Amino acid sequence: MKITTEEVKYVANLARLNVTDEEAETLRAQMADIITFADALSEIDTAGIEPTNHAIKVENVLRSDTVKKSYDRDELLKNAPAKQAGCYTVPRIVE
Amino acid sequence: MDYKDYEVIIGLEVHAELSTKTKAFCGCTTEFGGDVNTHCCPICTGMPGTLPVLNRKVVEYAIKAGLATNCEITRYGKQDRKNYFYPDLPKAYQISQFDLPLCVGGHVDIETENGKKSIGLTRIHIEEDAGKLLHDVIPGKSLVDFNRCGVPLIEIVSEPDMRSAEEAKAFLEELKSILECLEVSDCKMQEGSLRCDINVSVRPFGQKEYNTRTEMKNVSSFSAAYRAIQYEAKRQIEEMEEGRAVKQQTLRWSDEDGENYALRSKEDAHDYRYFPEPDLVPIVVTDDMIESIRALIPELPSAKRARFVSEYGITDYEAGLISASKSMSAYFEACAKLGAKPKTVANWLLGDIARLINEKNIEFADMKITPEALVAFIALIEKGTISNTAGKKVIEIMFETQKAPDVIVKEEGLEQVNDEGALRKIVEEVLANNQKSVDDYRGGKKNAIGYLVGQTMRLSKGKANPQTMNALLKEYLDAME
Repeated sequence: MKITTEEVKYVANLARLNVTDEEAETLRAQMADIITFADALSEIDTAGIEPTNHAIKVENVLRSDTVKKSYDRDELLKNAPAKQAGCYTVPRIVE
Repeated sequence: MDYKDYEVIIGLEVHAELSTKTKAFCGCTTEFGGDVNTHCCPICTGMPGTLPVLNRKVVEYAIKAGLATNCEITRYGKQDRKNYFYPDLPKAYQISQFDLPLCVGGHVDIETENGKKSIGLTRIHIEEDAGKLLHDVIPGKSLVDFNRCGVPLIEIVSEPDMRSAEEAKAFLEELKSILECLEVSDCKMQEGSLRCDINVSVRPFGQKEYNTRTEMKNVSSFSAAYRAIQYEAKRQIEEMEEGRAVKQQTLRWSDEDGENYALRSKEDAHDYRYFPEPDLVPIVVTDDMIESIRALIPELPSAKRARFVSEYGITDYEAGLISASKSMSAYFEACAKLGAKPKTVANWLLGDIARLINEKNIEFADMKITPEALVAFIALIEKGTISNTAGKKVIEIMFETQKAPDVIVKEEGLEQVNDEGALRKIVEEVLANNQKSVDDYRGGKKNAIGYLVGQTMRLSKGKANPQTMNALLKEYLDAME
């Protein structure tokens, strides 16, 4: 399966990854290998087989609508790289 | 060509926050207005290693909404990840439903100028809300509050079946009254419980295929939706009239400025890379589940409307306005049960009370006059204790202070004056000061009496009985012949 460098860069951009031209070339070859490997599945005859929507055969795992105590805010914000006024802070997002 | 040569095509995606007690995938409260980031836990803030578990009520409410809007309830639903980066979304994906939503098909019927019209629904699916960004608190930064993050939503997607801003507004109003009636969403627009994305395109009448559409995101009031559609349709028609193509765009409607701003163009349109949510298992819906949910559906607004007309003798228009609000319907019926004349109750509800609610920008449910107080108030007018004019003042004070109507009447000295001597004095004074109207009346313009009645009411500070004043004025005027 052929993968282009443009496709690598497009996917990298969606994942917010900075990729140099050199890296893109390495990744291009690796991604092509992975996809070719997975492509082996398409050789199997799946006529008459229901599509799989989920990998495990468990259904309806649901919980009751009962309020539980939320986390302590300071505890929760401990992992935040930047915080202020009880909030996570990020560079200004211009609408 | 002209504006009237174009047809406007509108499709809506309505997001309604479900009124569950807890979030979609964790036990944090959904209560509105808490201190920032105090309704959060590792699950709804997207900490690695946490696992979501779906709230049973979310499934029930979505099915309830589907049944009430004539949808087919699918027996096998799954949840999917919708991937995008934005700081209000801590996991960098939103759990939503892609190809197997809980409800498909369906329709909502609206009243239009040309009678009933059925607006098709494509689907209803469940998803989670994002957090809230606060932009203007700290210069150069945006603050993120995750209290709303993970609150369950249903997204109701309509077919592109609406043809005017009026129809879109009617659809939104009907949908709101259905959801409110089902109690699956409180639909409080001020709190963002109901928001919509609007898709608009235009085409010359007669053309079969749709032209390129634009999307306006996150419109949060019906009047804003109405204005946004009118603005956008006009803009697109102008583009076409000048030979330019309409670009596929996502826009943000600014109700303050009355125009649209481009958010993103097609070049960087989002590629959401949906895939099945591995942390959540499929939802299998049985006939028993559907039937037990169907049994919980109350009388819907359209049925209520018809019943109000036949049972209470109010007009279809009045019944339409009252039945659209669950709380107003219950209030109206409570007043009728307490013995007030339904027509009179409707007049006050849709007149002075509706005006006061509008002015204060509150929801009917938050209105403080009790049905008992309104019925007592109406009785004061019917017994002749106060005039209708004085009543307008009393209802305003009741609205503001929740004082009992008879107390207000005493405090404000609004009892209707029935002392004939005092009334005659007022009539005589008015006649003496309004020679022109007297001449008009005597010259054959019998309508002039209306003005004179108004003057007597003013002079009596609304305490006179207008019928009595009318009779007395006639008596004096005719005696002048």
